[in-house]
Amino acid sequence: MGEVNSGGAGTTIQVLEGSETGFATTRFDALLNWARKYSLFQYPFITACCAMEFMAMASPRFDMARFGAEAPRFSPRQADLLWVVGTISQRQAPALKRIYEQMADPKYVFAFGTCASCGGFYDNYTTLAGIDKVVPVDVYVPGCPPRPEAVIDGLLLLQDKIARGDRTPAIVKPRRDPTVHAGNLVRLGKKSTAT
Amino acid sequence: MSKRVLELLKSKFGDDIYETHSQFGDDTAVVNPEKWRAIAQFLRDDPQCAMSMFVDITAVDYHGRQTPRFEVVLHLRSLERGHRIRLKARVGDDEGTSVEIDSLVPVWKGANWFERECFDMFGVVFKGHPDLRRILMYPEFVGYPLRKDYPADKTQPLIELRNVPDKLPPFGIDEGMPFGRQTHDYPRGEETN
Repeated sequence: MGEVNSGGAGTTIQVLEGSETGFATTRFDALLNWARKYSLFQYPFITACCAMEFMAMASPRFDMARFGAEAPRFSPRQADLLWVVGTISQRQAPALKRIYEQMADPKYVFAFGTCASCGGFYDNYTTLAGIDKVVPVDVYVPGCPPRPEAVIDGLLLLQDKIARGDRTPAIVKPRRDPTVHAGNLVRLGKKSTAT
Repeated sequence: MSKRVLELLKSKFGDDIYETHSQFGDDTAVVNPEKWRAIAQFLRDDPQCAMSMFVDITAVDYHGRQTPRFEVVLHLRSLERGHRIRLKARVGDDEGTSVEIDSLVPVWKGANWFERECFDMFGVVFKGHPDLRRILMYPEFVGYPLRKDYPADKTQPLIELRNVPDKLPPFGIDEGMPFGRQTHDYPRGEETN
């Protein structure tokens, strides 16, 4: 009899070896979440330049298929994961909301890039300041555009959250925290008289 | 280049041409907004001008810098003669009301969407335009975003999804043909003005 710790909410899978075939016991929702996290059917809602990075990420070089997230569905009714890739304008926001409403539960939202996360530098009359004004977001990946590694980090974070049944928003942190490494940043603007 | 066009305009319209200048091959005339359409008609029809191509119409907001606050800018080109000209007309008061000028859609049909955009962004009302409504922003939007007195970081409340069963097409029957719609779908003579 072996024991496998699946991580997450302290669920242990017990593998009983009594015959040639064997069987395993686990909690039902843990099994369900395990199935969900490896079969993310995605709906790409792609509006702007982050699309290029999304294509690079979906192509064989970075290979999302490794994580069970390779099947794009071009109908929201068949999708589990909504990728919002790019800037969303005020005029487009109700369409995004309708797309989200059309998805069947369980559904997850992935904010790809700074514009989808918070509006980015488009602080003006036409741009929605973050898609969380209209739909709940599971994972934010900042970056303009984010590196594919960051997006894969976000995807693994989402899988981890699905396994744990956790719906609080998560953020992929930058590899170098600018508040910690602020001394290395180039200072712009006027030369200060203090130095 | 086309200083001859400026000379023609001055001889034809006299005092309605307020000022002209030519620099680096760009010929500009500031004209009386009352004569806006008449001058455009002349530039299109006169064989020496023959401005067959409407290039662009837009506006500039000189808020607090000059008293007719807006400057409507029109660019034209002649495909036959290869020259171009820029026309300007100054309209509007400091509050941004009564910003009115004649529409050029009766002269060039291509002006239609440009004037709608100009109305959308600056609130310039084009008199005689067949369908003057917003083209880029949504109908619930309040104000004109490219005016200098519109706050740069102002956001407006989110709108609901508009569910219109008989959705308005973006353009009318006289504003070009979408793919697949043939002229024989309409009675003879109706497809053109």
